[in-house]
Amino acid sequence: MGMNMKTKLRRFHQATWDEPIIFELSREGERGILVPQAERGIEDVVGDGISKLPRKMRRKTPPKLPELSQMQVLKHYLRLSQENLGADFNVDIGQGTCTMKYSPKVNEQFVRSLKVSSLHPLQDPSTVQGILEILYKMDLFLREISGLDRFTFQPASGSQAILAMASMVKAYHASRGESEQRDEIITTVFSHPSDASAPAVLGYRVITIPHDQSGLPDLKALKKAVSKRTAALFATNPEDTGIFNPRIDEFTKMLHKHGGLCAYDQANANGLLGLTRAKEAGFDMCFFNLHKTFSSPHGCGGPGCGALGVTKELSEFLPVPLIGFDGKKYILDYDVPLTIGKVRSFYGGIPAVVRAYAWIISLGSEGLKEVARVAVLNNNYLLKKVKEIRGASVPYAEGQRRIEQVRYSWETMTQETGVTTDDVTCRMADFGMHMWSSHHPFIVPQPFTLEPTESYAKAELDEYVAALRHITDEAYTRPETVKTAPHQSVTHRPGHGNLDHPDKWGITWRAYLKKCEKGLRKRIV
Amino acid sequence: MAKNKFGVHPYIPNSVPEVQAEMLREIGAASVEELYATIPERLRLKRAMNLPEPLLSEVELKKHVEAVLSRNTSCRDYLSFLGGGCSQHDVPAVCDEINQRSEFLTAYAGEPFEDHGRFQALFEYESLMGELLDMDVVNVPTFDGAQAASTSIRMASRITGRSHVLVSDTVSPDRLLVIRNYCRSDLKIEAVRHCPVTGRVDLKDLKGKISKATAAVYFENPSYLGCVDDQGEKISDLVHRAGGISVVAVDPISLGVIEPPSHYGADIVCGDIQPLGIHMHFGGGHGGFIATRDEERFVREYPSRLFGIEETAVEGEYGFGDVLYERTSFADRDKSKEFVGTAAALWGITAGVYLSLMGPKGMQEIGKSIMQKSQYAAKRLCELRGASLSFPEAVFFKEFVVDFNKTGKSVKTINAALLREKIFGGVDLSEQFPEMGQAALFCVTEIHTKEEIDRLAESLKKILGRSGKARIARKGKRG
Repeated sequence: MGMNMKTKLRRFHQATWDEPIIFELSREGERGILVPQAERGIEDVVGDGISKLPRKMRRKTPPKLPELSQMQVLKHYLRLSQENLGADFNVDIGQGTCTMKYSPKVNEQFVRSLKVSSLHPLQDPSTVQGILEILYKMDLFLREISGLDRFTFQPASGSQAILAMASMVKAYHASRGESEQRDEIITTVFSHPSDASAPAVLGYRVITIPHDQSGLPDLKALKKAVSKRTAALFATNPEDTGIFNPRIDEFTKMLHKHGGLCAYDQANANGLLGLTRAKEAGFDMCFFNLHKTFSSPHGCGGPGCGALGVTKELSEFLPVPLIGFDGKKYILDYDVPLTIGKVRSFYGGIPAVVRAYAWIISLGSEGLKEVARVAVLNNNYLLKKVKEIRGASVPYAEGQRRIEQVRYSWETMTQETGVTTDDVTCRMADFGMHMWSSHHPFIVPQPFTLEPTESYAKAELDEYVAALRHITDEAYTRPETVKTAPHQSVTHRPGHGNLDHPDKWGITWRAYLKKCEKGLRKRIV
Repeated sequence: MAKNKFGVHPYIPNSVPEVQAEMLREIGAASVEELYATIPERLRLKRAMNLPEPLLSEVELKKHVEAVLSRNTSCRDYLSFLGGGCSQHDVPAVCDEINQRSEFLTAYAGEPFEDHGRFQALFEYESLMGELLDMDVVNVPTFDGAQAASTSIRMASRITGRSHVLVSDTVSPDRLLVIRNYCRSDLKIEAVRHCPVTGRVDLKDLKGKISKATAAVYFENPSYLGCVDDQGEKISDLVHRAGGISVVAVDPISLGVIEPPSHYGADIVCGDIQPLGIHMHFGGGHGGFIATRDEERFVREYPSRLFGIEETAVEGEYGFGDVLYERTSFADRDKSKEFVGTAAALWGITAGVYLSLMGPKGMQEIGKSIMQKSQYAAKRLCELRGASLSFPEAVFFKEFVVDFNKTGKSVKTINAALLREKIFGGVDLSEQFPEMGQAALFCVTEIHTKEEIDRLAESLKKILGRSGKARIARKGKRG
């Protein structure tokens, strides 16, 4: 049967394999791979090697790992992969703020070539000129895209980039003798949770600015919050609502007036490429998630890269090493006078940098702008369509265009039918799609956040909307269907009876088995 | 509508002008530019970005990127003995097959039912690591071993309510910079000396420094310098008597043959999973693990995701979910335990595949093979004129330090000469550990053959045999 082109709904059922936990597949004696043994010539000289270990340091009982043949390991993990819904399979516009887009396959080939995968970070720089060139050029590209002056690729994610920014804020104020005095970081309630949590690791008191009626961060609240104690502002623009804050430069000016720094969370900059930049808005630093805007795949949650850029004035605080070019060759530059040190081993999330480099090269200036334009076009098209769905609403900024994403609400539908945003999330899985609510706290009631990026065709947006519409129809006519969903996903709604109880939770198979044996919880299978 | 001068791009389906026109009609906007009305003119970039002309066809792109990458010489082109926190092991083909699957590679943060595979694979990763470490709780991986060490230390500080931390001074300078930055606001990091003959923690120094203010003692086993420390029990006893927490970092690939730290009193065990089936990627292949006993006071202090096995609405069906989600920054912003987000999940899945392939016998055999080959290499290198082991009485695993001070040549000179022989020599320690003078850290794993080790020895023999007048600077700064 083909997809019903009229309703734009497809029959879907995700793979369900009832795949056992790998320990249950173990058969004593089987081997998945053999290891090269030391040659006779080596053994003749050093013996078995392990006798050198003091007796008490020799492992007495081998680790109780499962024993499987190679194809059986492969099959197990392939089945698990089929039980997972990657962006390559679905209309992945329902994980708003995550910037799910196409990760070009050709870039995968680059990353997986031995010329990238088999490089050791401490090789002589003369032997890694290719990869250093990519890092250096990426720095130049991102300087142009942000308007800032120097980038590092060391942070492995957006959150780690925020930690690095907070560390630099600290070092900057310390260099001016104001570190003790400036102990507050200001963020906004619709900025990512890490904008609050990462600075808190460094001992900052975090002040969270609420939004005003227009959905934008409240300037009056900022005025009240900013003082001699302010170290910096950590903010996103647009925030999760997708509403661009046109007075962002007033925010940054106010911070500067009081001696604070401004750090721009541009984890997701997809709607702004080539149109407006950190520099023009007055930010002193920013970061881009290369696994979001710049196409590197998300890998189930990393590895990624939070490319972090700063103004010239702050570049002496960057983590080491920086990548330089001396006119002839690319170099690792450790001469950064007031460096914060490091936030991650070596030089960062290299595979993400290589992919992002190739992605930028394949698009150029006009192409990046087109990415942003189409992301915004797709988003406003989706906004129009979702607004027409019964029970859906769009809080704040009525009638205004949005940038790359929108936070919607099912509040009306929930009030009228009892069907919640969580229910819709569950039911969307039956159509092979995700629908994410939002980070906590749920300021928008019954939230859902959609971000269509540039990668999805109009027909795909229509398909997504059709599924939402179908589900809301169900909510109003036969809500049980939605409330008992998913029906065609891999598994069903997880319980939550064991996850918060020390006597019951099972974070490893062995811990789970122990608790089952003690009768603390029921064995599932 | 203004003609789109960029044209249609294969990555952007709605770059087709007719489609854009249709969508704009639906929206009720005259142009895409109109959708940007909320961005004031003064904030606009009014010129093209200065970026290279795009390589629009895949052929051009491949030619360009491949040409740039061809300027790299990889550890498959040359023979490498580099380690120091990133090491070259065999990566089974099945590991790469699984982590390149679109289902895993391109997924992010779906729900436990539709992303059941990711949850199960990561739960299995936790479980497999749990067996290797002989501990009951393991996190979904954090960024790398350095972050795992830093977070372990902060966990210990929260659990004890103390702020003094003792760190073995053989820790890699790179990792120490990460720890220091992460703990910069409120923890006092103090170094504990090592014994210059065995490379082990200097117990006397430790005893002198540990106090009731000490939150944690952190040491690595094997250490960054390769030495195995058999005093784990004594160290843990000392820490516990002072009311502190014993944090031990371990190379997971050693655990088929070496006792896991949980057997000698470690409370928190951490490290890096890169050796477990993950390519080096110029330092991009790292992931960090943190393991503890299954005690609430530990579990509550993890910032990481902890995937637990759970029932579902259907009898007999495995499901998964977050244990104590309320701990995390997803739930509680600045009141949470540190922060969580994108880290290294795909490498966690990969390490799970690796351990499943290896099984108990594979881990035993690889441990043995590494010990034999590294001991053989050390023996060969110490036969060379003027070369000796920096820690003559150390038991080492995988890595060992060779003292070149009496050769009359600097490590820099030696490595430059080795490079001409198509060999990447050991990590130069002369700046990291100036007190050791001209010393290099060699890493030998299961991939090295006798012939290759002999080639290293022969090349070094030639290099050291030459009359060298190279001046040796014993000074340097520890970075």
